[in-house]
Order: sequence, then C-alpha cells, then structure tokens
Amino acid sequence: MTDTAQPLAQRHVLWLVLSLVMVAAPHALRLPWWLIALFATLAAWRVYIGHVRIPLPNRWLLLLIVIAATAGVYLGYRTLFGRDAGVALLVAMLGLKLLETRSLRDAMLLIFLGYFLVITNFFYSQTMLTAFYLLASVWMITATMVGLHYARTEPPLRVQLRTAGVLLAQSAPLMLVLFVLFPRVPGPLWGMPQDASTGVSGLSDTMTPGSIANLILSDAVAFRVKFESEIPRAKDLYWRGPVLWDFDGRTWTAPRFLYGKPEFDPGGKPVRYEVTIEPHYKRWLFALDLPGRVPPRAHSGSDFQLLAFAPVNSRQRYDMVSYLNSTYGVRESRFALRRALALPDGFNPRSVELARSLRREFPDDKALIREVLRRFNTQGFSYTLSPPLLGTNSVDEFLFEVRSGFCEIYASSFAVLMRAAGIPTRIVTGYQGGEINPMGGYMIVRQAFAHAWNEVWIEGEGWKRVDPTAAVSPLRVESGIAAAAARSDPLPLLVRGDFALLRELQMTLDLFTNSWNQWVLGYTPERQRLLLAGVGMDDATWQKMAAALLIVTGAIVAVLAMLMLRRLNARVRDPVKIAYLRFCDKLRRKGLPRGPAEGPGDYARRIEQSRPDLTPAIAAITRLYVALRYGAQTGADRVSELRRLVRQFSA
Amino acid sequence: MAPDTGRKPRDVANSTGRPIPRNMTQQVEKVVAQVGSIILGKARQIRLAIACLLARGHLLIEDIPGVGKTMLAHALATSLGLDFQRIQFTSDLLPADIIGVSIYDRENGGFRFHPGPIFSQVVLADEVNRATPKAQSALLEAMEEHQVTAEGETRRLRQPFFVIATQNPSYQVGTFPLPESQLDRFLMRIHLGYPDNEAERALLQGEDRRDLLAGLDPCMTAQELIALQHDAQQIHASAALLDYVQALVGHTRRAAEYVNGLSPRAALAVLYAARAWALMAGRGHAVPEDVQAVLPGVVGHRLIPADETGRINGADVAARLIRQVAIP
Repeated sequence: MTDTAQPLAQRHVLWLVLSLVMVAAPHALRLPWWLIALFATLAAWRVYIGHVRIPLPNRWLLLLIVIAATAGVYLGYRTLFGRDAGVALLVAMLGLKLLETRSLRDAMLLIFLGYFLVITNFFYSQTMLTAFYLLASVWMITATMVGLHYARTEPPLRVQLRTAGVLLAQSAPLMLVLFVLFPRVPGPLWGMPQDASTGVSGLSDTMTPGSIANLILSDAVAFRVKFESEIPRAKDLYWRGPVLWDFDGRTWTAPRFLYGKPEFDPGGKPVRYEVTIEPHYKRWLFALDLPGRVPPRAHSGSDFQLLAFAPVNSRQRYDMVSYLNSTYGVRESRFALRRALALPDGFNPRSVELARSLRREFPDDKALIREVLRRFNTQGFSYTLSPPLLGTNSVDEFLFEVRSGFCEIYASSFAVLMRAAGIPTRIVTGYQGGEINPMGGYMIVRQAFAHAWNEVWIEGEGWKRVDPTAAVSPLRVESGIAAAAARSDPLPLLVRGDFALLRELQMTLDLFTNSWNQWVLGYTPERQRLLLAGVGMDDATWQKMAAALLIVTGAIVAVLAMLMLRRLNARVRDPVKIAYLRFCDKLRRKGLPRGPAEGPGDYARRIEQSRPDLTPAIAAITRLYVALRYGAQTGADRVSELRRLVRQFSA
Repeated sequence: MAPDTGRKPRDVANSTGRPIPRNMTQQVEKVVAQVGSIILGKARQIRLAIACLLARGHLLIEDIPGVGKTMLAHALATSLGLDFQRIQFTSDLLPADIIGVSIYDRENGGFRFHPGPIFSQVVLADEVNRATPKAQSALLEAMEEHQVTAEGETRRLRQPFFVIATQNPSYQVGTFPLPESQLDRFLMRIHLGYPDNEAERALLQGEDRRDLLAGLDPCMTAQELIALQHDAQQIHASAALLDYVQALVGHTRRAAEYVNGLSPRAALAVLYAARAWALMAGRGHAVPEDVQAVLPGVVGHRLIPADETGRINGADVAARLIRQVAIP
C-alpha cells in the first residue's frame, strides 16, 4: 500500500515529464507554436523546481496562466470545444497540472490524464505506426506509474520497464477479446467531425487540362483490390469513376444527378473482387469496367457511375462483380444522346471544321473513329506527363500545334472531334492499371494511375470504350504509367519501381498497412458478424456478444488469476501446511474463513465460539498442526495422522 | 490477531519440543499476579514487561505522569528479587551521577571509585527524556555493553542487568526526545494508559500503593531469573515461524508507509520477545500468536509512519502491520 500524500521525488517528476512529452509529441504538429512553447516552459519549470527544491508557484500565478491559455485557445480556434480546441486545452492544462504536482496523488492524476491524451492522438491518425508509437507511450507511462510506487528506493530501469511490460502483456488478452467481441457501431472508428478533407488528392467531378496530370505526381494509394477470381489482364484494368458529359470549352463536368437504371448484358463470366477504398472525401466508388452490381449504401445511373450516399470519409470496403465484355446502353435515351453531342459555340473552330471534313470522308461511325485514332498514332502525337500550357481553344492548340499531351487532353480532343462529327461521346475518368503486391496477393491502385478515356455510342451496340491514349502510347495501357512516361517526366519514385530492394520493402510495408486496415481499422460490424459466424456464433446480436464478452473476459481473468495463484501456492510445499489449508478451506466453505494474518490458535478459538460442537475436532487438528509446524517434532506418522484428521473433519 | 486483553496466553498446542518445568511458569505467574496487585487492570502490560526482561531486553515505559510507570518498575524489581536503584533524570544530570565518581580517599592516599546507581540489577531511569543527550548516552552505552568505563577502568555491571526507563511523551515541555538509534536499544516500549473504571475504583478504595510496595516479597531469586532467561533462549523457533518474522520485517522494508524498515536488530528483538512470550505460556515453541502478541511493544517505537501527521501509537502501527502480512 502506498501513501497517496507522499511527496514526489525528483526522479518521479522527470519520468512524468518525459512520458507526458512523449504522449503529447505527435500533437506538436497540429498545435499553435505558442502552446508548444508554453508546454515546454511549464515542463522545464517543473523540472527546475524539483532540481533546486524551491516551492511550487503561487496558485494565483497559475490561475493567471490558466486564464491566458484558455483565452489563447479561444482566440485561436474560436471555440473551446471540439477536437482541435479540446486537445489544445488539454495539453495546456496538462502542463499547468505539472506545476501543481506535489504528491503521489497528483502524479497519479497526471498519469491518467496521460492515458487520456494517448487516445486523443487517434483522433488524428490511426495508422499502424501511430498505434506502435502510442503503445510505446503507454508502456512508458505505465513504467512511470510503477516507478511512483517505489517510494524509498529507485528501482532499476530494467525492473521498472519489465513490470510495466508484464502488466501490458497481461492486459493484452483482455484487449484482444474486447476488440473482437465488443459490439461494433457502423461508421468510422471515431464519431469525430472530419475537418481534414482538404488537401487530399483524388479524382473530382470536373476535368480541366492538368487536373489529372497533378494526380500522377502522387504515389498515394487510391484503393486496394483483392480478386476472388483470376486477375484480369492489364489492358482490361479500367477502373470506372466519374463520367463527364458536359463541356464548356475548357472544363468537362459530371452531371449533378444520375439518370436511368444501370442496364447491361453480361456477355461473359463475372470477375469477383473486394475493393478497400481509402478516404477521398468525395462520393465516387470505383469498380472495374463494367460494374455489375451496386455496393450497399450507394447507387448508380445508366452511365454506371457508382456514387455512395455520403462522401467516403473513412476507409470503406465493398464486394464487387464486374463484366469485362458487357454490352450496355443500347437503348440509351434520346435526351442522353443529345447531351452527348453538345458542344459550346465558338470554341475550337479548327477542330470542328476538321471533324466535319472527316465526317464527309467517312460516313461510317466506326471507320471515322478508326481514322481519328490512326491519326493520333501516326501524325507525330506523343504522350507526356508534363504537357505545355494550353490557351482558350485548347483542343485546337493541341491538335494542330503542340501535339503532345496527357491522357486528359487526348480524351478531351477525341470527344470534341466525335461530337462535332455527330457521334455521341462522353469522357470516363478513373484509374487504369494496378500493381500486384506479390506478398499479399492483392492489387494496389495508386493516384498516379489516374486516367481518362472515352465512350462512344454506336447504334445497335451501345456505349463502346475508346482509349485515344492507347492509340498514342499503347504501353500506357499494357505496361502501366511508368513504362509510358518519358524518363525525364516527374513520376514518383515508388511508381516507377526502378529499385528492386526499395520496391520490395515498400510492398512489405504496404502488406502490413493493408492487413492493419483490413483487420483493425476495417473491423466493421459486418466483418465482426462474419468472424463470429466462423466460430459458430450465428446471428450475433449485441446481447449475445455482450454475454460472450463477459464470459470470455471472466475466463481470461480467471486463468490469469489461477496462474498467479499457482505461483503463490507453488511455495507451499510443506505437507503439513497443505493439510492445514485444506482444513481451513473446509471451514471457509461453511462461512468461517481464516484471516490471512490469523494464527492457528486464534482461529481455533474464534471458531469454537461460533461452533462449540466442533471444538474437539478443531482442537485436535490445531494442536497437531502447531506441533508439527512450529514445534520441534517431526514424524511421517504424525503428518499422516494430521492428514487423516483433516480428511475426516467435516464442519 | 493479537489478544487484546491481559488474559494469560492459553496453550492451544501443548506438545512441546522440550518440556518447561512446571514450577518455572508458576513462578512467572506469581510475579504477574503480585505486580498486578499493585498496578491494577494492566495485566497485559505487566506480561509484556516481564517478557521483555526474560528476553534480556531493556524496557521503555512511555506515558504521561501519574499512571504508575515508576510503580510498575519498582514492583517488578522487587518481585523478581533484584536490587533496585532509581535515577531521576533532570536536565542538569551528569554522566558521573549515573556511572559513579572517584573520590580521593585520605586514609588510603588514593582515589576510590564510588559506583553510581548503574551498578545495580534493575535501574529505573525515571523520565529519561528530561536529561540532556550527554547524560542519556552514558546510560544507553551501559545498556548496550553491560559494562561501563570510568577513569580508564572497565567495570562489568551486575547480572542480570535491566534498565527500565520511563519517559514522558516527547511533545511535553522540557524534553530531549531520544533519537531513533537510542530508542532501538530498548527491546520494548509499552504504554500504560489510564486504568479502566473498575480498576480505578479499586485503586481509590485500596490501601496506599507505597505501603503495598514496601510489603512485597520476592517471588524468585536472581539465579532463577537467569535460568529462566536461558530457557527462553532455548524455545524452539521453527522455520515456519522465522518465515513469518521475516515476512513482517520484509514488509516494513518494502512498503512506502514507513520512514525506515525494521533493522535486523529489530528482527532479533521480535524473535527473542516471542520466545519469552511462549515461555510464559509454558510452551516449548513459539507460534505466530506469540509474535503478534509482542509486536506492538517491539516495533511500536521503531517504525515511524511516513506521513507523520499526528502521533500514532505503537499499537496502531503494529496492528496495521499484522493485518497486512499474511502468516506464511
């Protein structure tokens, strides 16, 4: 038992400050500079006070700092509540509490505040790295707490860390059980407002020259795919995203609403897979062309864009089925076809003129398309990630002057030419390609794989995919962006994959990240239900889960307690003691337990008072026990006599 | 738990390692009864005091004036058949007043040593904390060494030799509290406390205590006492009992609630006192109850709670310690 009013030693202060700094450190990136300075000053001040042994500061001074810090937080965040302001306030108060920390009781309070601060870090980041760092922090805090309970002597560092480690290890099974069995709520792990949606790159519902080229610079993961069936060929890996219909001369835009129903003819075997999409704060969900089903909590229109009901603010997982050779949009509405022919007046006159002349030359739609693609292929067009800037008539400039560009300008030009020639055309954006993680057997699709292609509508055949970029640079589609881009193009190192070792390392890391995402962060109610069904707990309601939780927790605590008790009891080797303990146990079951510090004689006298009928038996056993255990005599026959007496004894 | 009254420790387990002569324990009981007739209602303290002496330890009686400290010391000395000297400690007491002085003897033409009151079998050091540390240490050295050195000559003290010191609570005015190191020299410290109603009435109705004291007869001789002390040392302490003593001592060293843990000397003191207690119960071996019975007296003055907010008496500290440590 430790006395809570006991004053703190300087080493306690140092441990406290160190572990609190460790916990608060990740917040430093997000806090205003003055708050970091304040916390550092307060911590240093407390260490100094402990070092030179002067009294703690006046409480009026502290009150002044409290008011100033609160005002500072309010001015900075315009509120005192919510995630950011709350964390800022917590860090400030933690530093101030250090200056009030006199006794062990205060230190324990700080320890628990520290544990709380650990949780707040998860409001911002839930990666595996964060989890490991915070686990280390928890270890450190626990070690500090262990140290606090060594009042007189300083424990060796090793002992302190080991004790804390053992404590954490003992709690690990409980943690696992709570994680697996605690009834899950759907949605992100934290019901916190997400105000970090800015600055995340991803496709959008508009496309201007350069918008996709910017994405190419990012090796961030867009989504990961686990195929159930065979992995399709590279040239079939078109991941369908926003479909753009409207052109205002510079920007292509997706319609605000979805029209019609997704109707299609499968035309082949389905490809089955599971997509885990990273949060991109837009509503698109991606699927292989052509998505054969709509994920839950999402919908789709006749142009097969998958739109979630709510922006994808957290990692989501959905099962998908796609048909690679399907036919769709044969009976497209007149309204949609008109929309797919619209061109703004006054833009790109030379291109429109070119299209009209081609139309006169090639009355057949398919022949016309082939001719345009042939021109892209043969007339000196090239594929580059760093296209020159284009002016108002971007298509004209591209087709007749620059002739080098990125997929978006090819798609845009192709669409303008087709529409001018009277063929309904739209642009589909999404991703093309994917890299297989050989260790995990899943596919990674990065932002750098962003792509734009076209769909043209042919009478009787519906919408057909045409990729003008493929005509210019077949490598882009067949071997991926890295093969197609010139060496001088600024492509992320990881996407290029020149260094085998680095790439292997990166794949291993991605494997861990993916497992973490799938099994820890992505442990949703559905996955929980599946897992529980796997161990024979069908239709797991929360009541059943709570019951299972209690039972398993109880079992684990019991096992741990038994292990610990065994270690305690292991010392009892003396047969005399064992026999006596058995005797005490018999009485305990009758509601007459022996106190741990109660001597055998005292115990016997106490029992005799409440159960006079047992007096002779108890006296005999006690006399023999005391003689054998504390007297000078020994003898196997007397030990067995004690055993016999205990065996015959019944209360 | 420790018996809370002065009842005679009952022998629950009479199978002894070595038989205790019946008359010996009877003699001890006679001493208890005789002293108990002077100091009323304090049988438990009297037993502890006798156990302390049987364990060859010195005894410190701490309490407010007038509860019978001196009377107890005097009655004990007389009943045990020992000669008795009393030193009243005052702030101007000098070491020579305790040890003795050499005075020039005109007839022999040399200095002759006049032994002081320390050369007695029972020395009652009354109000030991009123003297200066210098005088205190003269007494305390004699207690430890059982010999004194005066004028370059070492003289052995008589056997048996006991110091029974009384002390006023140190928060009273005009006291020099004994330092911890010197407190440690006393095997036991006991408190007498106020008598209960019944005992006080008997005291008021009875004869003058001083007359009673003058009429006391010794119940044993010094030789018999020495034999008893020897027997007490022979009391069997089994491994299980030593485990218990070590568990108690170890706990005080590990727990943060004491300023210092118990010293090895304190551990020995617990063991010796427990043996004496077992002897008085007529048992040839010590049991955990013996340890618990003597613990308040033995550790009360040695254990200082770390949060000394108020004065905590020895019995409280010991009771807490007993509660916290399981008997192995």
